[in-house]
Amino acid sequence: MTENSTTTGSKIEKVSIIVSKGSLEGIYPALIMANGARAEGIDANLFFTFFGLDAIHKARHEHIKLATVGNPGLHLATWAGGLPGVSSVMTHYMAHKMGTLDIPSIPEFIEMIADTGAGLYGCKASVDLFGLTKDDFIDQVKDIITVGEFYDLAAGGQIIFT
Amino acid sequence: MPVKTYAGTEVTVNDEGFFTDPQQWREDMAPQIAADSGIPVLAEPHWQVVKFMRHEYEEKGTGPSVRALSKTSGVSIKELYELFPKGPAKLAAKIAGIPKPRGCI
Repeated sequence: MTENSTTTGSKIEKVSIIVSKGSLEGIYPALIMANGARAEGIDANLFFTFFGLDAIHKARHEHIKLATVGNPGLHLATWAGGLPGVSSVMTHYMAHKMGTLDIPSIPEFIEMIADTGAGLYGCKASVDLFGLTKDDFIDQVKDIITVGEFYDLAAGGQIIFT
Repeated sequence: MPVKTYAGTEVTVNDEGFFTDPQQWREDMAPQIAADSGIPVLAEPHWQVVKFMRHEYEEKGTGPSVRALSKTSGVSIKELYELFPKGPAKLAAKIAGIPKPRGCI
C-alpha cells in the first residue's frame, strides 16, 4: 500500500466528503465530520450528489426527513414507519432532541460550515439528472462541478463517502 | 511530558502543545504560544477571544467548542476562522493555556 503526502505524517490535512443521501441520518454525519475537520484546522470540502443535493436545495433543505422505512436502527416495524405522518413525527422528535444538545438544524449547520471556510459543491451529473440549475441551491454553494473537478479538488487529501 | 519555555518560565504541555496545568499560564506567555501556533501577531480581536476562552474555562471548567464560542462571545464563526484559521476553539484554548475543548459540534 502506498501512502499519499497527507497521510505520511500522523495528521490528516484535508478531507473531501461526499454526501449522497437525502435523509436526515444520511446528511448529519457528513456535516458533523466536515465541521469537526475545520475545528481541527483540517481543510474540508463537501460534495453533494444524488439525493444528497436536497441538503443544499433552497426549497428542500428545511424539510429533510428521517427515514422511517427500511431503517432497522429505528426499532420500528416497517409497516408502522410507512404510515402517513410517522416520518414527520419522528423527524420532529429528533429535531427536538438535537435542539436540547445544541445541534443546529441542517440549514443552519450548512451555513455555519460554509462560514468555517469549507467549500460546498454540487455534482453536475446529478444536477443535470434532476433538471436543476445553480439557482436552485443556497448561495453558499460555490459551484456545480464534474467528477473530474471533484478529484482535482480532493487531490492530496482523504475522500469520505457518506 | 514535553517542557516549553514561555516568557522565561518553564511549563509542561501535552503532545499537542496544550498546557497540562492551566495554573502555569500567564498572559505574557500568550504571544509566544500564538507564534508557535502559526499566529505571528496576537492582535486585539485575538486577545478578546483568548481572554474569553480563559474566562469560560475558569467559570465552567472547560473551554467551549467553536459553535458555543461564537454564540457566547458574539464573534461570528466566519471571523473566528479568520482570526484562527487552523481551528478557533483549539488554538484559542492553546494560547489561553487551557485544555483542548472536547465536543463534536
